Amino acid sequence: MSLFLRLLFRNRLAGFGAVVLGVIVLLALLTPLLPLHPPNETSTANRYLRPLSDGHLLGTDHLGRDLLSRLLWGTRLSLAVGFAAALIAGLAGAAIGVMAGYFGGRTDNVTMRGIDMLMAFPYILLALAIVAVLGPGLLNALIAVAVVNIPFFARNIRGVTVGIAHREFIDAARLAGMGHARILLTEVVPNIVPVVVIAMSTTIGWMILETAGLSFLGLGSQPPQADLGSMLGEARSALITAPHTSIVPGVMILLIVMSVNLLGDGIRDALDPRLRSGALARPMAATRVDRREVPPAKGEALLDIDALETQFQVGKRVYKAVNKVSLDLKPGECLGLIGESGSGKSVTALSVMGLVASPPGVITGGAVRLDGQDLIGAPYEVLRALRGRRVAYIFQDPLSTLHPLYRIGDQLIEAIRVHEPVSQAEAHKRAVKLLEDVQIPNAAGRVSAFPHELSGGMRQRVGIAMALANDPDIIIADEPTTALDVTVQAQILALLDELRQRRGLAILFITHDFGVVGQLCDRVAVMYGGRIVETGPTRAVLDAPAHPYTRRLIACVPELGAGRRILAAIPGLPPAVDQLPEGCAFAPRCDKAQASCKTGEIDLTGTTRKVRCLFPEVAP
Amino acid sequence: MTLALKTTDLAKTFDIGKRLIGPPRAQVHAVHPVSLEVAQGETLGIVGESGCGKSTLARMLVGLEPPSAGQIEIEGRALDRADPAAFGRLIQYVFQHPVSSLNPRKTIRQIMETPLRRLHGMRGAALDARIAELFDAVNLRPEFLDRYPHEFSGGQAQRIGIARALAASPRILILDEPVSALDVSVQAQVLNLLARLKDEFNLTYLFISHDLAVVEAVSDRIAVLYFGSVVETGPAERVFAAPRHPYTRLLADSAPVVGKPLGGAGHGELPDPLNPPPGCTFASRCPRASDQCRGAVPELRRMTGDQFAACYHPLDP
Repeated sequence: MSLFLRLLFRNRLAGFGAVVLGVIVLLALLTPLLPLHPPNETSTANRYLRPLSDGHLLGTDHLGRDLLSRLLWGTRLSLAVGFAAALIAGLAGAAIGVMAGYFGGRTDNVTMRGIDMLMAFPYILLALAIVAVLGPGLLNALIAVAVVNIPFFARNIRGVTVGIAHREFIDAARLAGMGHARILLTEVVPNIVPVVVIAMSTTIGWMILETAGLSFLGLGSQPPQADLGSMLGEARSALITAPHTSIVPGVMILLIVMSVNLLGDGIRDALDPRLRSGALARPMAATRVDRREVPPAKGEALLDIDALETQFQVGKRVYKAVNKVSLDLKPGECLGLIGESGSGKSVTALSVMGLVASPPGVITGGAVRLDGQDLIGAPYEVLRALRGRRVAYIFQDPLSTLHPLYRIGDQLIEAIRVHEPVSQAEAHKRAVKLLEDVQIPNAAGRVSAFPHELSGGMRQRVGIAMALANDPDIIIADEPTTALDVTVQAQILALLDELRQRRGLAILFITHDFGVVGQLCDRVAVMYGGRIVETGPTRAVLDAPAHPYTRRLIACVPELGAGRRILAAIPGLPPAVDQLPEGCAFAPRCDKAQASCKTGEIDLTGTTRKVRCLFPEVAP
Repeated sequence: MTLALKTTDLAKTFDIGKRLIGPPRAQVHAVHPVSLEVAQGETLGIVGESGCGKSTLARMLVGLEPPSAGQIEIEGRALDRADPAAFGRLIQYVFQHPVSSLNPRKTIRQIMETPLRRLHGMRGAALDARIAELFDAVNLRPEFLDRYPHEFSGGQAQRIGIARALAASPRILILDEPVSALDVSVQAQVLNLLARLKDEFNLTYLFISHDLAVVEAVSDRIAVLYFGSVVETGPAERVFAAPRHPYTRLLADSAPVVGKPLGGAGHGELPDPLNPPPGCTFASRCPRASDQCRGAVPELRRMTGDQFAACYHPLDP
């Protein structure tokens, strides 16, 4: 709760709205206790008194009634009606939406078509029709406004419920013996309450306006009872001669609706988990760089990652995702980067081209040199010219990297023409050629397919084709086969290997699978807790791992053909990178750890084979 | 040998493009009639690629999906009512995504209590004692009970999922890709835990996975699914070592193994489920396919010993 309030008031405007609304609600609650004139007491002698006149702070209306008193009583009524309407519409709409979304099928179809019909009428027409049937009166106006708004809630909540009803925990609840009613009440409803609250808080203002609108037309509150809409309606005839009679209720409506909306937006931002973590902040075009010193250039590798440090700075916490990682890649070489989730392998790859989202990512040290040119801190224009052109990426999930609304051919053509000023026809020809290169059957036909029309394996081929579009020197492949089936994985790996040999591509291949590394890569680097713990030629590392982590990780992985057995597990969990232990990050899980492992910095030692361990399994 | 689970021609057909009135536009046969037998205390591994119907089969077995045809027998008694609670006491399910199988708005204690209360009517001290016992069995600390699911890592959440499934005191556990969302070092922990629990609680497992090596490491017998049909079954040590069905061979060759050259690739994809071929569904990808294969669907038949394959031209052992 305190977190909620803090988040709410972080948004200044929402805080302002909360204060204004708080004052108005307080005044409305206190109205019966305040020393006011009776709101309906007429005095024709005092018609149209101006504001600040004696005894009537805001003046009087056409019957000489005190405007301040009528304003406060009217506000009280308008607020009550608005809140009540929102509550009724919210509860009824949510109930309909939950039922339709949870049961689906025919229930959903019939209910939602009914709701659609309700939505097909212009809301004011529908409200007028309802009032015409029920007769004018504030209660009927309330019913009309509530009914008119039910579809909005029902549709909203149905959408959310459909998402929840297919989650695994609902299945689990059924298997635990819960009936539909109980599942709805205890499993589904708690998960949609925030959505209902958000929807209500952003629509109350709208409901107050609608009620005022009906009263303005004379269909809501009946004379002499005052609400904001009827006050406006009665003042309309004297708009020119006595404008204050319109301005006073008008300003009040403005204040209420504005403060409710500002507060509603704030509540939405504070409750929505996506907005809570600051997703509204747009990431910068390249990762922020904040490094003290630049390591001197050395070596002549094609790509030289030197003591790279990338951190995520979230509030006071600093996550050291990549900690002094050094890698190099020669032309035509395939380097495997292996590690568990959270080991920093993907962040290393993304840092190369400044693709780590900032905020919260910051590159705090090291250099990445492509043919001797430092990419860290390079101007965005330089990075943009190199991205895709010299260094291209292939990502894990091709469905989320391809734009769902564009044909794959158009996406390929765009990728080509970003870097080369060729004609549309020429680019199209090259796109077809690229699809043929990645062995997509019927490339000329498939070029105009949408991503969803292709299978997972075909989509990943398109992803590879896009990476190849500008004939890059380096491909960084981040778990490109993890989402694929084994037979498709084998096809994609064979394709990558063939492309590497034919085009002399250098590949940085990120994976968690030793089998894949063993088949594809010349050299391998193993990461743990944001650091490289071992690196060397693939066969040498896999046959005789030097770091205890590598040895035990390999032992964990079942290998086909080894038969039924108990696997060697590593107890414990990988460390959180915001709380890395001193010394070796693996020491708490390592059975060979000594006191010396838990202090100071342990260096990566060796020449072709390097290991970061004081007591390696084999001499590096 | 007593049978824990037996299915007879269990099949599932989904309607595509439902209409308000009248028949659907098309039908997809997600699971073709499948007959399986699992002995008491056995682990049957089910492997197949995405879209082969392995999850639909699993969901039918626990009653989350009513079968279109066929029968399920558990320990000799037929179960055909689509009432998950009736299934729940006999057969339980461990989900693939550990965190999303736990309701984010409930504490672990509330999650653990549900099956005990609903299926076994436990209350009060007996309930607390049983939860403590289960948590101990899956190596979790009791103070976790008052936390919410998002506070747990994948491996811990999967232990909670296993403990919840065990709370129903089932005879059979369906494990649907229970470790594929976990890191390898944690994967081994969970697999070993499952092996220990099986002996401790005298359980029968159906272990579904796309990872051949994992399935081989934990199973007694393996069934290979392709496009909704069982194409091969046999003892775990034989199925991938000496496959008889060409698809099984393709799978085994595709699995990346250190030191083995890249291979097994081959071409082709799954047939269109809306328009399946008349004969063997693997024929379009199969190097041994003949006209016979394209004409009629091969039946599962005995090859050698306990190994069955649905193929007209099986590979030599």
